[in-house]
Amino acid sequence: MKLLIKGGRVIDPANETNEIRDILIIDGVISEIESEGEIPDCEIIDASGKLVCPGFIDLHVHLREPGFEYKEDIASGSRAAAVGGFTTVCCMPNTNPVIDNLAVATFVKERARKTAVVNVLPIGAISKKQAGEELSEIADLVAAGCVAISDDGRPVSRANIMRNALEYAKMFALPVLSHCEELSLSQGGLMHEGYYSTIYGMKGIPAASEEIMIARDIILAELTGAHLHICHASTRGAVEQIRNAKARGLSISCEVTPHHLTLTDEMVGTYDADTKVYPPLRSQDDIQALIDGLIDGTIDCIATDHAPHHRESKDCEYELASPGISGLETAVAVIMDRLVGEGILDVEEMVALFTVGPASVLGLAKGDLKPGKTADITILDPDMIKTVNPAEFYSKGKNTPYKGMTFKGWPWLTVVNGRVIARDGQIKDEF
Amino acid sequence: MVKLEKKDLLGLRDLSREEIQLILDTSVPMKDVIGRDIKKVPTLRGKAMVTVFYEPSTRTRTSFEIAGKYLSADTVNLAVASSSVQKGESLKDTIKTIEVMGFDLMVMRHAMSGTPHYVARNTNMRVINAGDGANEHPTQALLDMYSIYEKKGTLEGLKVAIVGDILHSRVARSNIYGLSKFGCEIRVAGPSTLIPPGLENLGVKTYYSLEQALRGVDVINVLRIQKERQASGLFPSMDEYANLYMLGPEKLKIAGDEVLVLHPGPINRGVEISGELADSSQAYINEQVTNGVAVRMALLFLMMGGSRDEIAN
Repeated sequence: MKLLIKGGRVIDPANETNEIRDILIIDGVISEIESEGEIPDCEIIDASGKLVCPGFIDLHVHLREPGFEYKEDIASGSRAAAVGGFTTVCCMPNTNPVIDNLAVATFVKERARKTAVVNVLPIGAISKKQAGEELSEIADLVAAGCVAISDDGRPVSRANIMRNALEYAKMFALPVLSHCEELSLSQGGLMHEGYYSTIYGMKGIPAASEEIMIARDIILAELTGAHLHICHASTRGAVEQIRNAKARGLSISCEVTPHHLTLTDEMVGTYDADTKVYPPLRSQDDIQALIDGLIDGTIDCIATDHAPHHRESKDCEYELASPGISGLETAVAVIMDRLVGEGILDVEEMVALFTVGPASVLGLAKGDLKPGKTADITILDPDMIKTVNPAEFYSKGKNTPYKGMTFKGWPWLTVVNGRVIARDGQIKDEF
Repeated sequence: MVKLEKKDLLGLRDLSREEIQLILDTSVPMKDVIGRDIKKVPTLRGKAMVTVFYEPSTRTRTSFEIAGKYLSADTVNLAVASSSVQKGESLKDTIKTIEVMGFDLMVMRHAMSGTPHYVARNTNMRVINAGDGANEHPTQALLDMYSIYEKKGTLEGLKVAIVGDILHSRVARSNIYGLSKFGCEIRVAGPSTLIPPGLENLGVKTYYSLEQALRGVDVINVLRIQKERQASGLFPSMDEYANLYMLGPEKLKIAGDEVLVLHPGPINRGVEISGELADSSQAYINEQVTNGVAVRMALLFLMMGGSRDEIAN
């Protein structure tokens, strides 16, 4: 089976490529050969005017299966990923049951094999039931294919458990993904603490809640020498601490979400629960610090923290609503429009943050277009203009604060393992 | 002529000075109605309103109900405690159910900030916010402003001190938004743990010393302090709070004889205000309640009724 992607601008930051050329895929693998003359039995994609990139990787999504299939399942979430331009997603373990043992991890892998249209890599839990008391059977999780461990959504409160997790994960060179939140400071909080929480009369979540835990985890990473990855950094203080830790040579990485890069706490004033997310939307000053962190390399990758919810969990009183944003189908367009379009990031930097960035955080042999690699390819249309309409989402979660906003620059075509999976916002088997 | 253009009254933050002035002006003839032998005008005959209170209330709910009745509207109270809410009916379904009975207007109180805004988006009824969480309590601030206006003859340039738990107070927020539109100098005084961040951006001055805050003020608005704030560790004891922030005759002297003392009620005697002061002529607390009826009549009239001239006749 052959597939020729013709005439597109190939952007492959890992190999310092930015040029117009063709890519030939033979049996799901990127070929050495560039197209010369007629290739028999070959599907041809005219990619002129498009950006041909390594398949985008999202290392932080919630696919909700098993246990919360009414919010999302691996089938729907992976379709959302595909139309959103992602070829690989890593799913967090806060399912029911939690992905804290071999059986559940194997179940997720098996469901992914049967129902997913992109690569789905599970993340195991740090602690059993994410209760923060005893370590999960981490060797088993690794054996089942987990690429990292995390108690995302339920921060590990006790320092000794986090220390042991880092120490133990080191044996497997497994990154520990930390959701940093000091619960005694954030409890009951609904939005970022600051001027707007005062104005809107809502209990605030201080930046200190996130920064205290980051400080603790950095100290523990130094103590153990393990690889610590900070999930969804959202404050100026977070970026500064991570920058300093990296400068000291620690093995630290971090991600930032599209919503923390582009939306502020002012937006909560609509009392529309689609703006409710943890960590909360922060201030303009925090956004500036995150952008500085992207530019100077403090931030390794962009991840969505895709958190789909059922309608009833959002269409209600703000305080009762579930936190989270369905992000897979808007992430690339948001970053293309707001960061690349505004001249804050160049295209290579943007692509790196979605490809080689997350791949190197997790040590995956993905994120570039070297011949011989599995053909996971994301093609962007930099000129496409579209308005976000959640009703068209493949994700079951229609919860997005970007609804009704118009962005320029969208994923156009997604190739997974050499097969065209999504095109123009549609999954292929549904053309 | 100025009108209330918006469908709902959710807060003073998004009302203009002119709209607030209209409500205050309209309250004057309404207060006159309350003083009559026959306290009923036919203005809102054929209109229906419902009060839906998810939090306890003596003053606000009763005052909305009687305000509606004085204007001949049909008023119904949904007793939340004995309603289908207790069977787990969602807020959205409850509101829809009420709406299809034909009500023109809903008055809502809710413990969670922003809930009236959510409701307003989901119903064709006009919605008045009767207090939402720590966000706003616009009709309380309107009656406070009316009371100040009545007593002082103007709002322009007055110095107003708001004392107590500013962090959790919807009364404080609505007062700040309303009074600042009339050029008042607003001060807040209270323990530092009960002062929210960013007030300086609203032009509000913060004092930790009650004595300093009271110097030269024209009006003191004393807020109720809730016992559960002490339990959650925001201040050490009710006694210490009273020592520092209770307004009594001695501290009142700092402000002078002309000062007007307001309190939204219900009061905690001996905690935020001394019983002696609460019962004295300087406290306007009972008059505030009457004014509350007048202001709410004005609002109901402006939101459901016809022109202002109609009521004057």
